[in-house]
Amino acid sequence: MSDAAVRIANVSKVFATGRSAQVCALDGVDLVVAAGQFVSLIGPSGCGKSTLLRLIADLVEPSSGEIAVYGKPTRAARLDQDYGIAFQSAGLLEWRTVAGNIELPLELHGVPKRDRHARALELLELVGLPDFASHRPSQLSGGMQQRVAIARALAEKPKLLLMDEPFGALDEMTRERMQAELVRICAETQTTVVFVTHSIPEAVYLSDRVVVMSARPGRISRIVDVALGARVEETRASTGFFAKITEVREALRGGGSAASQGANQDANQDANQDATPPVSAAEMR
Amino acid sequence: MTARVRAVRPDLRRIAPPFVVGVGFLLLWQAFVVARNIAPYVLPKPTAIWDQLTANGSQIAEAAKASGANAIVGLLAGSVLAIAAAIMAARSRLADELLTPVAAAVNAMPIIALAPVFNTMFSSTSAVPRRLVVSVVVFFPVFVNTVRGLRQVDPVHAELLHSYAATPWQLTRTVRLPGALPFLFTGLRLASSLAVIAAVVSEYFGGLQTGLGSRITSAAANSAYPRAWAYVVAACALGLAFYLSALLFERLAMPWRAHSTS
Repeated sequence: MSDAAVRIANVSKVFATGRSAQVCALDGVDLVVAAGQFVSLIGPSGCGKSTLLRLIADLVEPSSGEIAVYGKPTRAARLDQDYGIAFQSAGLLEWRTVAGNIELPLELHGVPKRDRHARALELLELVGLPDFASHRPSQLSGGMQQRVAIARALAEKPKLLLMDEPFGALDEMTRERMQAELVRICAETQTTVVFVTHSIPEAVYLSDRVVVMSARPGRISRIVDVALGARVEETRASTGFFAKITEVREALRGGGSAASQGANQDANQDANQDATPPVSAAEMR
Repeated sequence: MTARVRAVRPDLRRIAPPFVVGVGFLLLWQAFVVARNIAPYVLPKPTAIWDQLTANGSQIAEAAKASGANAIVGLLAGSVLAIAAAIMAARSRLADELLTPVAAAVNAMPIIALAPVFNTMFSSTSAVPRRLVVSVVVFFPVFVNTVRGLRQVDPVHAELLHSYAATPWQLTRTVRLPGALPFLFTGLRLASSLAVIAAVVSEYFGGLQTGLGSRITSAAANSAYPRAWAYVVAACALGLAFYLSALLFERLAMPWRAHSTS
């Protein structure tokens, strides 16, 4: 499988929380994200979905197991800027202009001033903010700031985009508009996306596959394939959309049988489809 | 950038109250001295001080220039050193553990009392001792505030820069330093007034007789109390000018914070 963007094999992550207490954030997770796919991670808080994203980004290191991003170790992928990342908080530098913020990663990697400014303007066009290049972040609304953050994540033309609840702090209307924008941007840029969210409709609307996770310890409980095709306004009212929402919701409740959805996935996931014993070795420690 | 212009332009409604209070205070002072017939060596009348100010205008300006030059050179040298030390302390634990106690110890020392020692170290016609005193006095507030600012990095910014594989120096330059500016300027604002005080007071201990401090002591020694007061007023004005310059510089350096409270 040379076309895998992200390959996660038997990854566990244990956090030490002072004294001898330990929290098992992830336990034996396997996941393969194919290139060009949009994959959402969804689950209750504490299920390790953000941790999984941070592991892919090499912001934290796994306690055990292997992660490869386009066939490379995550550290190499980070150093090569193979991914772009956006967080729930836009995290813009308030002392830089909007264009200056988008240029930041390019500037750090030695792209000439003229080229990076041209790229920033191009990206502002893409995220629908062509007239805001010289504005300060504080002059922008939350939704606009998040668009800038997405533009910044795309600055290096990454093959992989990692997003950690990027729309979590936005109001519902802005959120749906941003989702539609993201679908369009991904279609235009052919980017692979790993997207963390706790909103079921958001996960279903955006994704090719929704990875449902359970907490304590964090595991993948099921993977739901979604194929909504071209997303338009009517998609949100379609029966297919609601059917998938129901399916994800049931998977989150832990109820329902592991339907045929998981069967046609990569063999790696089979281990996770099985009912896992309630107490794992990692927990005993 | 209309916001910037509006922020820099003095706001009449903010200036009027302290102005009225100041004038009222001077009127009360005048009335008190006249009514109680107080001797000028105890407390001269504001009008007498004003007469001395206008009569000695050019000498006062010269003296203010001499003290001001010492204050500004000391302020710049001390601040540059403090910022450099703060960057080191924020980047390395060892530098922090070495520098912070030393800075605190130096700050606890009555540094102005060292002026006579410095005077004998250098020739008596040198301005270096005063500038040295000012630098040392200024160092601590700038250092402490800048270190604190440099330490406060938004975790999202830290993760972002890590994801960009940024070097420690890139993190300092693009995130730490700009983020520390508000703290740095708080330190500079404190330091700007301290610089003038240190420059004037360090002149009380001999050496060159050019600045406001030496003029205050010599006028007082000659029982010319209203003139001594006139130099004190000039020292006040100089301190205020330094403070306001620091404030203006702060506004200009951080246009994105045009509406920060000061």
